[in-house]
Amino acid sequence: MIRFLGLRAVEILVVLVIMSFVIYALIGLMPGDPIDLMITANPKLTAADIVRLKAVYGIDQPLMGRYLAWLRNILQGDLGFSRLYSQPSVTILLPRLGNSALLMGTSFVLALAIGLPAGIAAARRPHSLLDHAINFACFAGISVPSFWLALMLILVFAVALGWLPAGGLATIGDGGFVDRIQHLVLPVATLTLASIGGYTRFMRSAMAEALRQDFIRTARAKGAGERRVVLHHALRNAMIPVVTIVALSFGTLFSGALITETMFAYPGMGKLIFDSVMGNDYNLALAGLLFATLVTLLANLAADVAYAWLDPRITYR
Amino acid sequence: MSEMPFRDAPLRIGSWRSFWRRFSRRRLAVASLFMLVLLALAAAAQPLAVRLLGIDPLAIDLYGRLAGPTMRHPLGTDELGRDLLLRLLQGGQVSLTVGAAAALVSALIGTLIGLLAGYRGGVLDRLLMRFTDSVIALPLLPLLIVLAAIDLTKLGVPRALADAEGASLWRIVALIALVGWTTVARLVRGATLAVRSFDFVRAATALGAGGPRIVLVHILPNVASPMIVATTLSIGNYILLESVLSFLGLGIQPPLASWGAMLTDAQELIGTAPALALYPGLLIFVTVIAFNLLGDGLQDALDPRAGQG
Repeated sequence: MIRFLGLRAVEILVVLVIMSFVIYALIGLMPGDPIDLMITANPKLTAADIVRLKAVYGIDQPLMGRYLAWLRNILQGDLGFSRLYSQPSVTILLPRLGNSALLMGTSFVLALAIGLPAGIAAARRPHSLLDHAINFACFAGISVPSFWLALMLILVFAVALGWLPAGGLATIGDGGFVDRIQHLVLPVATLTLASIGGYTRFMRSAMAEALRQDFIRTARAKGAGERRVVLHHALRNAMIPVVTIVALSFGTLFSGALITETMFAYPGMGKLIFDSVMGNDYNLALAGLLFATLVTLLANLAADVAYAWLDPRITYR
Repeated sequence: MSEMPFRDAPLRIGSWRSFWRRFSRRRLAVASLFMLVLLALAAAAQPLAVRLLGIDPLAIDLYGRLAGPTMRHPLGTDELGRDLLLRLLQGGQVSLTVGAAAALVSALIGTLIGLLAGYRGGVLDRLLMRFTDSVIALPLLPLLIVLAAIDLTKLGVPRALADAEGASLWRIVALIALVGWTTVARLVRGATLAVRSFDFVRAATALGAGGPRIVLVHILPNVASPMIVATTLSIGNYILLESVLSFLGLGIQPPLASWGAMLTDAQELIGTAPALALYPGLLIFVTVIAFNLLGDGLQDALDPRAGQG
């Protein structure tokens, strides 16, 4: 197990290093570069100034050299300076990390709290009206474009009814607890509705599979009550694939958060990545993307560990 | 991602009649198929509607902007006075084309990689599968945003080609295929590994059949069913992905319209013209759910052993 974890950690590191280079190279391919932006901002720059500026910022160096210099800075904890915000990238990233964790964490817990029981209920009575209704609701949740869902929620609850704010983190000058919660309702609802269908379907299929097993028939034959059969015997087995898939879904949650945060002008990591890519803020974009990759890879590792931990039949060499 | 239980036995598509008997029992799937055919026909008939109504779909009429439904404009006009119905149909052409083309290209790449890994095995298999797993593990949307934002001229693509009118459509197909091939690759690899060890394949090898013949005659027909299901489901996913990217301004570029791109403009006017935001989103929703229900029905009809109960 320790050996397996060590190997996986090395693997994650390798993927991360490769991805950091790929992202670095891709960012360099975006339209315009920092010097172009300076030229636009200051038409008095002469050709000599431009050459000098390129040397100062190291842009005249070949790609590999620039990448290695950047990597060295990253490893020393220096994420560079944000062009859009004129602050060190770290000071921008940290508060947004907390905001995203709040949004994603709340939606994640809510989606599981609703999705898993719904999946179990559907699996207990296959082909019943309830099963069909839950199944259709899941398909609806999977198929709805989340940015449009956000738009519709804004239209109904913010524009038409005026019950909730349409976006932002808090009202300027207020920022109390109730105000923060009110600003969270619509983003959390969007992200929850977008992820709930997948969890429910996985839970249903895992539970249906578990309920078909021989040991369930044995348990019933020995007189175990329905409640005990479902919650004790079947659920424990059904949870193994579900936990794995839930951990693997973390990358999807990140994509959902990017859309939700952008739609509701919620200052989190997803919106930060989008804004910094669109605003040519290289350092910030690189840091944000690298962080998103790291978190997703760690979630995958967690999925592996959970799988080994839950299923005693699995042993890792 | 939908999981696809692949059992060790090969999954042959049975006769058409038995397939249709099982498929037609799934009323939602049949209704979805009907719906999609209808949508595709309507989108394809857009040029006809243009001639019939005698309206230029790109004509800007600032005096007639945001008009309600009239005889001339059945769904009203948008913020530039263009006919909304014609624009929705044209957006449908683009969204459906992108979804189907991206699914086909992804399936093609995935099949090649899956066959290579499953048939060759060994180090190549391990390498390709680690690569596939790594791509699956990446945060998709943030990376797609970067990929969509890059300047093709910096890669040596001529400016005229990069800015051509249909370029944004094929560009987004390529982008989606670049990350979308993984599902089919894993499916085909698993099936190839399973089929490869069957007696009939070993018999064919013993009789002197070469690699290409084994793959074409014995392996591909046996992975057709799960591939058809996965590809159908992926069309819906890719239409969603296209709509998000276009909505964010990184996908389909004007004068082309897609349902996602139409929503970008509608967002600003949500208070004054909610209909502009309602119709394109509703069409995306209906199309994607139809593809998902169709894929689900196909899975039941093609592989009766999976998803019982």
